[in-house]
Amino acid sequence: MYDAPTNLETAVTQNDIKISADNVQVHYGDTHAIKDVSVEIEDKTVTAFIGPSGCGKSTFLRTLNRMNDTIDICRVTGNILLDGEDIYDPKVDPVQLRAKVGMVFQKPNPFPKSIYDNIAYGPRIHGLANSKADLDVIVEKSLRRGAIWNEVKDRLHAPGTGLSGGQQQRLCIARAVATEPEVLLMDEPCSALDPIATAQVEELIDELRKSYSVVIVTHSMQQAARVSQKTAFFHLGNLVEYDDTSKIFTNPKDERTESYITGRIG
Amino acid sequence: MISAAPFSFLNSTITLGVRMPLSWLVLIVFALAAVGYFLGRSRALAGAGGNSRDLHSLPSYYGANVLMKIIVPAFGIMVIWLLAQPLIIDRTVASMIPASEIDEGASIGLVMAEVNRTAEGIRNAVADGTMSREMAEDGRADVAEFTQRLKDAGQIVTSNLSGTVILAAQRTNELVASGTLLMTILVLAVSAAGLAWGVVETKPLFRARNVVERGIRALLIAAASIAILTTIGIILSLVFNTVEFFRLYNAWDFLFGVEWAPSFSGRGGSSSLGVIPLLWGTFYISIVALAVAIPVGLFAAIYLSEYASPKVRAFAKPMLEILAGIPTIVYGLFALLTVGPLLVDIFGEGGWLGVNWQGGGRAVMTAGIVMGIMLIPFVSSLSDDIINAVPQSLRDGSYGLGATRSETIRQVIIPAALPGIVGAILLAASRAIGETMIVVLGAGAAARLSLNPFEAMTTVTAKIVSQLTGDSDFASPEALVAFALGMTLFILTLCLNVVALYIVRKYREQYD
Repeated sequence: MYDAPTNLETAVTQNDIKISADNVQVHYGDTHAIKDVSVEIEDKTVTAFIGPSGCGKSTFLRTLNRMNDTIDICRVTGNILLDGEDIYDPKVDPVQLRAKVGMVFQKPNPFPKSIYDNIAYGPRIHGLANSKADLDVIVEKSLRRGAIWNEVKDRLHAPGTGLSGGQQQRLCIARAVATEPEVLLMDEPCSALDPIATAQVEELIDELRKSYSVVIVTHSMQQAARVSQKTAFFHLGNLVEYDDTSKIFTNPKDERTESYITGRIG
Repeated sequence: MISAAPFSFLNSTITLGVRMPLSWLVLIVFALAAVGYFLGRSRALAGAGGNSRDLHSLPSYYGANVLMKIIVPAFGIMVIWLLAQPLIIDRTVASMIPASEIDEGASIGLVMAEVNRTAEGIRNAVADGTMSREMAEDGRADVAEFTQRLKDAGQIVTSNLSGTVILAAQRTNELVASGTLLMTILVLAVSAAGLAWGVVETKPLFRARNVVERGIRALLIAAASIAILTTIGIILSLVFNTVEFFRLYNAWDFLFGVEWAPSFSGRGGSSSLGVIPLLWGTFYISIVALAVAIPVGLFAAIYLSEYASPKVRAFAKPMLEILAGIPTIVYGLFALLTVGPLLVDIFGEGGWLGVNWQGGGRAVMTAGIVMGIMLIPFVSSLSDDIINAVPQSLRDGSYGLGATRSETIRQVIIPAALPGIVGAILLAASRAIGETMIVVLGAGAAARLSLNPFEAMTTVTAKIVSQLTGDSDFASPEALVAFALGMTLFILTLCLNVVALYIVRKYREQYD
């Protein structure tokens, strides 16, 4: 029914565990948004979070790099280990963590600066470049990995806000990549894009899988099936099912998962 | 002379014969309008057989349509008539007065003022019965007796009226009486016609709602044009008086003169009216004020919008805005009694620093610092709104890349909000330039060209006040210079505001 990747069973399974979440609970004030979620996210893998609106998939994604810290009323309990280290440990600086766990947002949000400065933003604040030449190299490399180099190489000093929606989103991905993160979180990165831009971004995600662990939240089950190797289905704050993408889409164990992917709920 | 006439006229009775106050006429028109409203309403309902669904508009719209047709033309005619009548009567009567009647050194205006006073006196004397109507209208009445009667009635205090003045006053009264009678008849006729027109027009398919809507639009346009016309009027009065000033005083000397020393002897010619020292004082005090207000206001805005918890913000923002509600005269007192002496204690002779820079409490620094305090809420409140308008997605993007708060603020939020902040600062600057009371009390009145910020100086606004207070002859350059100063100030702040609006507009939508 969906064009799920066919020969993926061999491609997954043998990767290391990158992020391991254990009994995670998230409260927004009195609302219990995430209920007892445990999940293991593998390295060099695209993991998709699917589920109906309001099921908590974006909230859970934002706990992985502590973006929820910026919301006053949000409380997170449980353990989230990145490479075996608890990211909610008081010793961990959330600012350092976010440099390691990059994030791309639903709406493209380039800074009102030039394309060059957008990419150079992260490397500059983290001191990744020793010289202007170094920075030039990083910018070019990141733009190439963002699959946007050819389109912007002649106007690096034009404002990033002047690009089209799809180009802006690829610019934001390149910007996230420039800080050399280990994990890339993507919160519905294609929801504001047209089908052609979506295809370009999806191609890019598949490319990024070679170096990073990518976690993507998506509303489109077709997209999850196309780009991911592992899929987690969230419903009403619970993690209902987590398995290889091919299994989720062809042979779900849980009734709710089946209802959702066949379009009976959600 | 002329200007007093319409007001006294409004208060007095309309005619000697038909004693009907103007307020009655107004009430009658209103009564007609009320009758028209209900007539229109009921006629519309009757036309639809009592079923308001068959009408084009709600019944009240038919009523309002009739009401509008009565009130608008009637009051329009009344207002125009009341404005024009005194002018016309004055002109007619003035032609009666021979040149010999005008005293040496006086003008026709003075005689006309006396004529108008006498005319009003006669009306009042007749009203309280001291003078018979026959005598009031008798052109051959004895001058001495006539004057005595008016004095008895407590209506005039001048010695003896001349025969010409009495004749002119009687003629004035005649004209007023007939003119007002004519107006009353015309107004009543027009309201009645309006009533008839509105009622006849009222049929179920008549689009009363649209007509009323057009009427409301006209009302709003009128309100807007009054605001605009007033502005134009203010500018024109400035322009005319400025031109008048430049006729008496060399424009070059005014614009580039470095000495400000007006003489009030009235002989003229001995004043030096150079604007440069005043502009320098204005500029210097504003710079000090902005040097205080910009950092404090901006940092306060950043704290409030980015760091403060909602509770602190809910408390601190209104507190900061209270500062904006303090009258500037109170700031002036603060400058005079607190900041000035404090600065003398620090920078004055035998002060804590032992530098003896400052002689007295009144100084550029005193006024500048206090003015800066006054501008803090202005800068912080505007900047806070502007910073809050920077989309959350930009903050998320920056935090998501591992930036700290202050990095995000410095490198993303401030650049994004900069145009707005610059606009806020320029608006604050134009307030600083226009400020008067703090300068009067804090900086003194000495026009001086000096670089020492601990010396007393003064500004354009403070000098406008001092040139126009007390006895001033509005034909002398010493008084007229106030208008030239006002014009200078107006052009300066206008330019600042235009630049501010241009900057704000040009960069506003950059992050949308």
